[in-house]
Amino acid sequence: MPQFDPTFFAPQLFWLALTFFTLYMLMTVIALPKIGAVLDERQRKIDDNLDKAAQLKAEAEAAVAAYEKALAESRAHAHSVIKEASDRLATEAEARNRELNARLAEQIKAGEARIASAKDAAMANVRDVALDVAGAAIARLVGGAADNARLEAAVAAALEEHGK
Amino acid sequence: MANPIEQFKIQPLVPLKVAGVDISFTNSSAMMVLSICAITLFLTLSVRSRALVPGRWQSMAEVFYEFIAGMLRDNVGSEGRKYFPFIFSLFMFVLFGNVLGMLPLPVIGFTYTSHVIVTFAMALVVFLGVTAIGFSRHGLHYLRMFFPEGAPIATAVILIPIELISYFSRPFSLAVRLFANMTVGHIILKVMGGFVVSLGAFYLIPGVVPFAFLSAITVLEFGIALLQAYVFTILSCIYLHDAIHMH
Repeated sequence: MPQFDPTFFAPQLFWLALTFFTLYMLMTVIALPKIGAVLDERQRKIDDNLDKAAQLKAEAEAAVAAYEKALAESRAHAHSVIKEASDRLATEAEARNRELNARLAEQIKAGEARIASAKDAAMANVRDVALDVAGAAIARLVGGAADNARLEAAVAAALEEHGK
Repeated sequence: MANPIEQFKIQPLVPLKVAGVDISFTNSSAMMVLSICAITLFLTLSVRSRALVPGRWQSMAEVFYEFIAGMLRDNVGSEGRKYFPFIFSLFMFVLFGNVLGMLPLPVIGFTYTSHVIVTFAMALVVFLGVTAIGFSRHGLHYLRMFFPEGAPIATAVILIPIELISYFSRPFSLAVRLFANMTVGHIILKVMGGFVVSLGAFYLIPGVVPFAFLSAITVLEFGIALLQAYVFTILSCIYLHDAIHMH
């Protein structure tokens, strides 16, 4: 086999050493740094983008939190405004109610007083009318005027009896 | 029909002699030069555009780079980083020797990895380098490689010779594995090719069978070319691991 022929060991070893050393230098100085740089750059870019994405996500989350806080605040504010308004309206309504009640009570009292006075007046009228009627009746029946004092007592007794 | 051994013959293209030593430029030298040119051109031209999203060629260069970097990281660890250019050069040199040797190039067509002196020289460089790294990192403690810590002293009689033999057979197994694989593969290809020619010359049909077989074997040989480059490199990594971390 030509593999075991020592004639060409020397040139093979020489060229192996030369080419392999050259290859090693070419790889070390040129090729590997180049590929390594490309890979590093890609990795850096990917990391950058991931960082940026994480940052944007954090920002978005902060915005959401701020929005929800604002929402909660305005909700609470609206709540307090509504409560205040309803309280105010309630007190106002109560005051007005009370005032109205007072005025109504007053009017009722006045009305009752007026009714009582009218009733008294009417009662007094009834007595006069009864006296007149009774006087006239007696005059017609008996002839001659009746005794005023007895008449008045009788009318008063009759009025008493029929209830005022 | 050509002798299947003839393809391994070295032909001096430019006879040279320096200080009595024959350093002729041969077909083997031509393939070595072609290999390193091809490797360098491939690796530099492909990443010239420095594309963020790599194209076909750039992906291939990156795959090789990351493949060897990963192999070194997994087998040696972070201390192996400074040996990356050497391991990478070794892998590419063997791989391109194997693959370019499969091409039927005129005049210079040759597989330098099918010569045991070449593979042995590479294996010896790995072996001596690894041993030197081992001694420089651990000093005489590196001799512990041949007698593991904790083993009963009585077993030394058996263990030390076994470990010594296994350690010193590393360069031979490394060299012979690559050389034998390449040689045998190329002999089979040549013999099959001979069958195709001799049978096909008489009848068409009988020539088809060895031709189909030859095609399959060719595919297999490309696989072996890749695999043997991988095996050579990963064994170098494992030896390097032993030297750096001991067992």
